[in-house]
Amino acid sequence: MSNKLINYLETAGLNWAVPVVRLCRGEDAREQASELFTKVGLPLIAVLVFLLVWSVGASQVKTSLGVLPGPAAVWHQAVNLYDEHQAQREKADAFYQRQEERNAAKLERNPDAEIKWRDYTGKPTFFDQIGTSLLTVFTGFVLASLIAIPVGVACGLSPKLYGAISPLVQIFKPVSPLAWLPIVTMVVSAVYISDDPLFQKSFITSAVTVTLCSLWPTLINTAVAVASIDKDWINVGRVIRLNWRTQVFKIAIPAALPMIFTGLRLSLGVGWMVLIAAEMLAQNPGLGKFVWDEFQNGSSDSLGRIMVAVITIGIIGFLLDWLMVTLQSLLSHQKPAGH
Amino acid sequence: MSVIAMRKEHLHELPAETAGEAPSRPRAFLDLSGVSIDFPTRKGPFRALNNVSLKIAKGEFVSIIGHSGCGKSTVLNIVAGLYQATEGGAILNGREVNQPGPERAVVFQNHALLPWLTCYQNVELAVKTVFKGRKNKREMREWIEHNLKLVHMDHAMHKYPAEISGGMKQRVGIARALAMEPSVLLMDEPFGALDALTRAHLQDSVMEIQADLNNTVIMVTHDVDEAVLLSDKIVMMTNGPAATVGEVLEVDLARPRDRLALASDERYNHFRSQVLSFLYERQRRPVE
Repeated sequence: MSNKLINYLETAGLNWAVPVVRLCRGEDAREQASELFTKVGLPLIAVLVFLLVWSVGASQVKTSLGVLPGPAAVWHQAVNLYDEHQAQREKADAFYQRQEERNAAKLERNPDAEIKWRDYTGKPTFFDQIGTSLLTVFTGFVLASLIAIPVGVACGLSPKLYGAISPLVQIFKPVSPLAWLPIVTMVVSAVYISDDPLFQKSFITSAVTVTLCSLWPTLINTAVAVASIDKDWINVGRVIRLNWRTQVFKIAIPAALPMIFTGLRLSLGVGWMVLIAAEMLAQNPGLGKFVWDEFQNGSSDSLGRIMVAVITIGIIGFLLDWLMVTLQSLLSHQKPAGH
Repeated sequence: MSVIAMRKEHLHELPAETAGEAPSRPRAFLDLSGVSIDFPTRKGPFRALNNVSLKIAKGEFVSIIGHSGCGKSTVLNIVAGLYQATEGGAILNGREVNQPGPERAVVFQNHALLPWLTCYQNVELAVKTVFKGRKNKREMREWIEHNLKLVHMDHAMHKYPAEISGGMKQRVGIARALAMEPSVLLMDEPFGALDALTRAHLQDSVMEIQADLNNTVIMVTHDVDEAVLLSDKIVMMTNGPAATVGEVLEVDLARPRDRLALASDERYNHFRSQVLSFLYERQRRPVE
């Protein structure tokens, strides 16, 4: 049973927990303790050293908004942000409750009365912003993947097509999201016109910008992966006389999957980085806007709150990558490197 | 002359050729005639094979042997349809070979199992395509299991290739090829990547299967013992470039053959020394 658990942990990338399981199972304590030290102890020491350097270093820097916040101040702001979120939630709940009661009362008096539902329009909290950012990045990323994987597979199968679109890819790949943003904004405002929009324009703008920037790693990796499939595997398909569809879905895509996933990982990473910049400029609600608003706000708490955002962005980026690696080891036949 | 014209000519030649032969000899089941192949290189076309002609009867086990780089695998790939001959061509059972197909199943040197499929699924992929509409689901399952049993892999059929040894992988590769019910089974150095003991084991399995099914087999090898032990006929190739058939040796040792008994058999050793002298005296490789 514990072997199964260890397998799960390794698939999930939680290698550091393996020695703990082994210790509980009563395996050689010394060996496992040294394992634990390298996997958990050393990183922990590094983090502590970093916090120390940070807190000493930060106190030396005086800005117009006061001293650069150290770890303690940042932690304090994190707690603050959480409390604000809770307070905001309570207000929202109270608002909806009041609305419900009012409507119920109205209906009691007159069953045909027209009932109005209004959404709560309070200021989005830090945690709401995280949610918006994640939704935006996933929308952009999924859109990019839906375009990049099929095009990449087609390019991998047909060197002519790859040759044809290669210059376009080479030119658009290095373009910064900030350069795309004004164009995307204008195009979205011109094209996306609806009386009852499902999404906000700023959301579409940010998502499309993410898409434009996270297309390329997946596209290139998929094309290269499909083009460089083991020749023997292709020959197996030719000897069996697989039809075109089976050849693509049973041989080309599974064979290319490890590299496609590497591309997806890179894309999601790029998308997450791009998103923050795009949100700052597009004023799409999200972590980027949060950072920008705090910067404009300029209170003595602002720097601390921005640092909470910075660390949050880092942790979410890390979790997204972890998610992709775990998906990769579940779905493809090759174990990803660095897991 | 264009390639097509050449081929047509061969097609016309075929009846005349067979008519000219002694009536007692069966018409060749697989007939390679005047096969040459050029590979494009930067310095112009490189002629790998020149005028290779070969006749193989039904049920014959033929080995192609030669030094590395002599193009023996190229011959196999032309029969498989994976390469196109520049001149000449192959005719199998009266039909010209111009593309790969399951009736000429290939056992690849490095097994070429798809690592994301289990052993069973690897064979299934072939069976599902080849027997589409000819077997129902249950028959297909039985046929897949039958073939895996034939190579003694039924115990591990739901394992992934990464979970089994090299010899076992090659067994599955053979099962996959056999499951296509090929007219000719093509084996490209099938045991080349295996250690000596595993190789001997697999050779015995192949002989066993051959006794059962009486397939027509072409095997490329560089192992003299393997060639003599398994074959009815050994085709010895000259060194490239422009390699061709040097000599053909008929090995008419009685079957079933037992490697232990044959080790001290005079005729076995005679065949062996003939192949060795061809390879190491007449076709000695220039010092590299």
